[in-house]
Amino acid sequence: MNLNLDFSVVLERWPSLLEGAVLTLELALIATVLGGIVGIFGAIGRRSGHPLISGICGAYVEAIRNTPLLVQIFLVYFGLASIGLQLSAVTVAALALTINVGAYTTEIMRAGFDSIHRGQIEAGEGLGLSQAQIYWHVILLPALERVYPALTSQFVLLMLASSVTSQISAEELTAVANYIQSDTYRAFETYIVVALLYVLLSLMMRAGFFALGQLIFPRRRRLGTAL
Amino acid sequence: MGGALNANHLLFLLQGTLWTVVLSLLALGGGGLVGFLVALGRVAPNRGLRFATAGYVQLIQGTPLLVIMFLTYFGLPAIGFRISPLAAAAASLTVYVSAYLGEIWRGAIESVPRPQWEAAEGLALSRTQRMFMVILPQAIRIATPPSVGFFVQIIKNTSLASVVGFVELARSGQIINNSLFEPFHIYSIIAVIYFALCYPISRLSRRLERRAGQPRGQALAPA
Repeated sequence: MNLNLDFSVVLERWPSLLEGAVLTLELALIATVLGGIVGIFGAIGRRSGHPLISGICGAYVEAIRNTPLLVQIFLVYFGLASIGLQLSAVTVAALALTINVGAYTTEIMRAGFDSIHRGQIEAGEGLGLSQAQIYWHVILLPALERVYPALTSQFVLLMLASSVTSQISAEELTAVANYIQSDTYRAFETYIVVALLYVLLSLMMRAGFFALGQLIFPRRRRLGTAL
Repeated sequence: MGGALNANHLLFLLQGTLWTVVLSLLALGGGGLVGFLVALGRVAPNRGLRFATAGYVQLIQGTPLLVIMFLTYFGLPAIGFRISPLAAAAASLTVYVSAYLGEIWRGAIESVPRPQWEAAEGLALSRTQRMFMVILPQAIRIATPPSVGFFVQIIKNTSLASVVGFVELARSGQIINNSLFEPFHIYSIIAVIYFALCYPISRLSRRLERRAGQPRGQALAPA
């Protein structure tokens, strides 16, 4: 037992820790935006009457949700390499995270779309709105507002899951931690500091999403009320 | 080395699959036990206990499993505790799973209607009797579908034990790949095996949910 903890050797590496944290946030942000778009189209596809389109979207969701992210990252990484595409580790990481979170977003958005009452759509038709207007004003925006809390916790989980991309040497926070601990031999202190940084990042993301929610959905409505 | 994928490789993958199942069950058992205590702590009358368990859940849910894994496997030996890959993986997963299952079960306990508590109190049952004889039997029915859904997350998350050198399914794939170097091919097989493990459980969870008339949605966590 030599319980003489020394956090200073870890803390004096703060510039690289900061760099890693910034890359982690960037990866999360890119995957959130792109995965959100994939998810919205995936959910529209799943609900479309066309059996082939909804089948493909359903298979995508099931394939992603029932395999580990680690394996998905390796498949994207080596799959792209085997067809001759040499991309940087960070690009591959962002792509794999987008594919992953897109499937979860599809499922969440679909639940949101399903929660829109038929009468709402009929009312929209009665008012002479076009198909596109109905999808935007009557289905998409209210559904988005309703599943917003579920979506945001999914995106925070995505930020935490981005740590797995350290395995293809994307230099985000966990990869930085691995480097620091192999350099300082202070594994315990390093991972404690990094764990707390992740807690801080997830609190920051939660606060950010809350503020964004207040901004884009000004009329706060109680969730689950019949609409 | 080199050569083609043969029966020995498949046998090795099967062995890895077995360890994935063992590790998942260990994580479910350990995480379930600790998670149950966390859930009880979250609804305890004692404010300090509620506060401590809530802090625990916040901390663990704000930390990636991978970092917990590294902290256990590399961090503990650095301050003098030697630990095997299996023990490190099982301990990390137990901690991780307990925070999520604890929250799922707290939700289930709190969703038992309030009058059930009051009726049990009116029958002069003690707090322990109320919890174990009235509330928990009903909470279990509510908690079953999301808990089964979360078991899928546990199976997927055991793949991260590969980073501390525990030879489960993902790691045995990496080992085979080191000799054959056909990564896309091998990881596709690995993905199919994980899918075969997880998909039936996902289906079961959804069927249970529909039967319970609960809103849809698996416990959400990518990994």
